[in-house]
Amino acid sequence: MPRAAVAVTAAVTAAVLAGCASSTSSATSASSATSASSAAATPSGAAAAASFPVTVKAANGAVTIKAEPARIVSLSPTSTEDLYAVGAGRQVVAVDADSNYPAGAPKTSLSGLTPNIEAIARYSPSLVVTYQDTGGLVSGLAKLGIPVLIEPAVSTLDGVYAQIEQLGQATGHTAQARSVVAGMNAQITADVKNVKETARKNLSYFWELSANPYYSATSSTFIGQIVGLFGLKNIADAADKASDAGYPQLSEEYIVTAKPQIIFLADNQPNDGGQTPAVVAKRPGWAVLPAVQNHEIIPLNDDIASRWGPRLPQLVAQIAQAIEHAPSA
Amino acid sequence: MRRAGLLGAAALFLIVAALVSALVDKIPFVHLPTSLSAVDQAVLFQIRLPRIVIGALVGGLLAVAGAGYQGVFRNPLVDSGMLGSSAGAGLGATIAIVYLGGAGPSAVPVAAFAGSLAGVAIASLAGAAGSARGPVSSGTATLLLAGVAVGLFLTAVQTFILERSTQVLQQVYGWLLGSLSGASWQQVTSILPYAAVSTAVVLLHGRHLDVLAVGDEEASALGMRPAMVRGIVVAACSLAAASAVAVSGLIGFVGIIVPHVARRLAGPGYRGVLPLSLLLGAGFLVLADTLARTVLAPAELPIGVVTALVGAPAFIWVLKGTRSVGV
Repeated sequence: MPRAAVAVTAAVTAAVLAGCASSTSSATSASSATSASSAAATPSGAAAAASFPVTVKAANGAVTIKAEPARIVSLSPTSTEDLYAVGAGRQVVAVDADSNYPAGAPKTSLSGLTPNIEAIARYSPSLVVTYQDTGGLVSGLAKLGIPVLIEPAVSTLDGVYAQIEQLGQATGHTAQARSVVAGMNAQITADVKNVKETARKNLSYFWELSANPYYSATSSTFIGQIVGLFGLKNIADAADKASDAGYPQLSEEYIVTAKPQIIFLADNQPNDGGQTPAVVAKRPGWAVLPAVQNHEIIPLNDDIASRWGPRLPQLVAQIAQAIEHAPSA
Repeated sequence: MRRAGLLGAAALFLIVAALVSALVDKIPFVHLPTSLSAVDQAVLFQIRLPRIVIGALVGGLLAVAGAGYQGVFRNPLVDSGMLGSSAGAGLGATIAIVYLGGAGPSAVPVAAFAGSLAGVAIASLAGAAGSARGPVSSGTATLLLAGVAVGLFLTAVQTFILERSTQVLQQVYGWLLGSLSGASWQQVTSILPYAAVSTAVVLLHGRHLDVLAVGDEEASALGMRPAMVRGIVVAACSLAAASAVAVSGLIGFVGIIVPHVARRLAGPGYRGVLPLSLLLGAGFLVLADTLARTVLAPAELPIGVVTALVGAPAFIWVLKGTRSVGV
């Protein structure tokens, strides 16, 4: 029995690491598909007014939406945030169990990880939005005549903007989606510009996705690129292997030896690891790290840090603040 | 005398394993730095050494618990993971991770420990209820079957909870696969009392297990109370396994292969098999963990994968020359 258990859990862990987008942003298998979709997502019908039918090119190909969708089901926490940001919130009738923002979203027990087609159909949706096509979701809902948009984890900032604009277009809120994107872009650009002037480029950081085992994200990942806007050095880069797809596992010995100056915790909230700055400071051997000695352990909002939605500027601002406070390298 | 020699050799094996593990990146020894920086010291004394000590403790506990269970049940395929221990620990850890939120990281070992013991308790009660109406000799078989059933049930509950809270999947499976990466001196001190008591009790019952191996009737004729001996040894083995599982997660195979290797070396008598299993298990797990943290460095393999990958072929090789080893 232990033999079988090990084999099964190993397989499941691999699957989880590859597919658990809502919790750790490590939905790496999806990111390659995204670059294609983000390139193609520039509005085809450029008219500002909502015009239906509309055809958008999501990760699952061209999807035609015949009329303004009055009943939207979102199975992706990021897409839920996107939909509310572009003003489609009133059309949303159900969101999945992980969609915890904004507060008014109609949370249900639906799951994006293991979608149940019958349960989804019970809400008689006119549009379903999710981040991955598992369990025959797209083909199953197609039989019921329900269009599905797959909006997977993105690999670039432009990908974030393209998804928001695409969801705006698909729901009849093209103009508002554009202004959301413009606002995000302006905030992020301003934050990056302000920090760059203080010239703290040589700081090194460790982005902690999980503890025991310690998973991190390299500069090639979406989140690594976001931090990379500030020109910091990522200690995970030297450990990157092709098979990690940008999310290498690091031993404690490696992390301590690399002496990061800033530690970002994407696993500090109670429901996501509970690795608070106090917990990190108490880890055996970590007291020698510059980040611990200078109190540069930054607890992030795990949800914002693992999604690719409209709250991204908040994350960027938090990173900017951490860099401002750090003693220069 | 032969037994003493074997035990000495096993102790030497453990010491060599620990040294190799501690200095694995400093070999050849001429490269050993004369002065260690603060970071080097932190890595060696705060991260690596406690990990080696925990590895030795966990390996020894799992092996001695496995050997004890095999003696009680007169069954060479039993190990500490059966009787609901692993499944109970897994459920306990899952509940701590999912429901205890911020207290999670510190609560997981306690919850796993409690879950492991609770799993055995439930399985024992179910087994006792099941065997009450059957013939006495079927008691151990009924207990094992109850352990399997309780294990499946607890695993199903765990899967149900996980399905409701997919955010923590990675954390939970990381724990289930077993790892010594969270080892600390504080963990060492917290499991040491349980480890010492349980190991001492099991080791003291080697002679009783040898008598039990002959059969319950013969044991009774010699003035022993088989049911009581069984109860004591099962309780001690469960405590040993629970202490190990609390700090390491689920590590398979050690409890089965190590006692078999010990039997191959020392013969079937439990007075030899138990202490030899303790030392061999400790050395084996320290070596397995050294592989786990160096093969993919700086990433780490789950140690359960190493014990199975290395352990299974080694086990088959051992079995090849073992047609008629008594249990």
